[in-house]
Amino acid sequence: MSATLAAGPARDARVADQLSRRRRRASNMVKLLCLVATGIGLAFLALILATLLWLGVSGLSLTVFTRPTLPPGSGGGLLNAIVGSLIQTALGTAIGTPIGLMVGTYLSEYARGSTLGNVVRFVSDVLLSAPSILIGLFVYEVAVQPMGGFTGLAGSLALAVIVIPIVVRTTEDMLALIPVSLREAAVALGAPKWKSIVFVCYRAALDGIATGVLLAIARVAGETAPLLFTSLGNLNWSVSLGQPMASLPVTIYQYAGSAFDDWVQLAWVGALLITFGVLALNIVARVVLRKRT
Amino acid sequence: MSTTMNDSSERPAGAKAADGAPAPARIAINDLDFFYGSHKALTNINLAFPTRQVTGMIGPSGCGKSTLLRVLNRMYDLYPGQRATGQVMMDGVNIISPDIDLNQLRSRIGMVFQKPTPFPMTIYDNIAFGVKLHERLSKSAMDERVEWSLTRAALWGEVKDRLNGSAMGLSGGQQQRLCIARTIAVRPEVILLDEPTSALDPISTLKIEELIDELKRDFTIAIVTHNMQQAARCADQVAFFYLGEMVEAGSATQMFTTPRERRTQEYITGRFG
Repeated sequence: MSATLAAGPARDARVADQLSRRRRRASNMVKLLCLVATGIGLAFLALILATLLWLGVSGLSLTVFTRPTLPPGSGGGLLNAIVGSLIQTALGTAIGTPIGLMVGTYLSEYARGSTLGNVVRFVSDVLLSAPSILIGLFVYEVAVQPMGGFTGLAGSLALAVIVIPIVVRTTEDMLALIPVSLREAAVALGAPKWKSIVFVCYRAALDGIATGVLLAIARVAGETAPLLFTSLGNLNWSVSLGQPMASLPVTIYQYAGSAFDDWVQLAWVGALLITFGVLALNIVARVVLRKRT
Repeated sequence: MSTTMNDSSERPAGAKAADGAPAPARIAINDLDFFYGSHKALTNINLAFPTRQVTGMIGPSGCGKSTLLRVLNRMYDLYPGQRATGQVMMDGVNIISPDIDLNQLRSRIGMVFQKPTPFPMTIYDNIAFGVKLHERLSKSAMDERVEWSLTRAALWGEVKDRLNGSAMGLSGGQQQRLCIARTIAVRPEVILLDEPTSALDPISTLKIEELIDELKRDFTIAIVTHNMQQAARCADQVAFFYLGEMVEAGSATQMFTTPRERRTQEYITGRFG
């Protein structure tokens, strides 16, 4: 077989040349298409950011951060919405992350191939793509109704429910990437399973898990629908978890559609704040994580 | 092929290894069978590991030598479906019986793997991790232990100025010596080496081999290797495995000059495997 090949007819240089040229043409064509597609995607992103900056920056002033929302025309700010968003996002993340982390660990380390594990994974994935308004309605039923009113706590719970499946998924995926040899090395030193998970696997997967938590924060920081049914929004200053609580997304939702120019302006400022807040958080986390590794 | 290797009269052969000088067995394996699910990977293994000697385990890929190593520290327990029957005696206790405390056993029988497996933490913490599992040491005692184990592993000089640097930044050979240091820091009695140099360059390999020679003063060592010269250089006793059976065991000199079995002869002269 190899002998006949070796003794076969010489290659036609012209044909080879033709084929090569055709291949190069096709390659360039596809490369161009990829560039165009990337360009379109980036253009929209740039357009959104430019619009945000254009319409948001002009309304940026100290009063935005020092004064709560006030009736139209009386020079209100966004203080209560900013603080409300910070509280609810932080609390939602604080509740959701440990639960997500534990479920993800269970799925990756203890439930490989088990039926319960498969069911939990499936449910978590469904939750991941569930419409967020559904989650708002759910928390309305299980928390707002029994507690007898809209509260900041209910808002945090709704955000936590969104955080959980994101953290579950990334935790499981990141732990699954850790080579068996590393786990065996820890176990070979006499480490019980939980210690090898907590002290070796978590450390090896830290970057990935932290990125997952960041993604979750970025996601819930901009959620509106789940808060409409839970913390409702509050035009007055309130940091009580037992009271309705303002938030940036809900305030944007209320203000952007209003008939008052200064409210519309504040909506743009709020959108700008969320976007750049999330961006800053990502950059800081990336820098910190890079330094560690 | 159909004959069974070690009939019982030959069994103590391993125990009287190196130069005919009988050394007491640190671990003695009697009639061991091992199964991956329904597949029998080891059949009727009888082998003794003499105290403070190096036992080299050779044989073609898939012959069961690594499997045997993973029996000794019960690594197979991590995987449901794998099981061993028979006896692996250490200090009068059968260590493959189900009521053994595995973490304690593994602190007495350490293991170094084929690929270096540094933990993603500092060099210092890599060593301290294992020690902390079994002992409560003061900061200064821990510092001492870290220095001691790194010195024993011939790595101290290269890393003493960057103990708080990440272990991932070390070269492959250094990482492997770190893994050895990490293992001896726990102060085991037996060290299992699973092809510890197969991922390393010749210089690093040489260092590890010198290290093995030095370590056997204090530890009983079992090493799996594909490298015949390595077995000849490092081991006092050599055991040859083939298709899940132990064909024969004897002193390194005897095994490499006058093997009793034809298959051993053929393998060590490179006719197969």
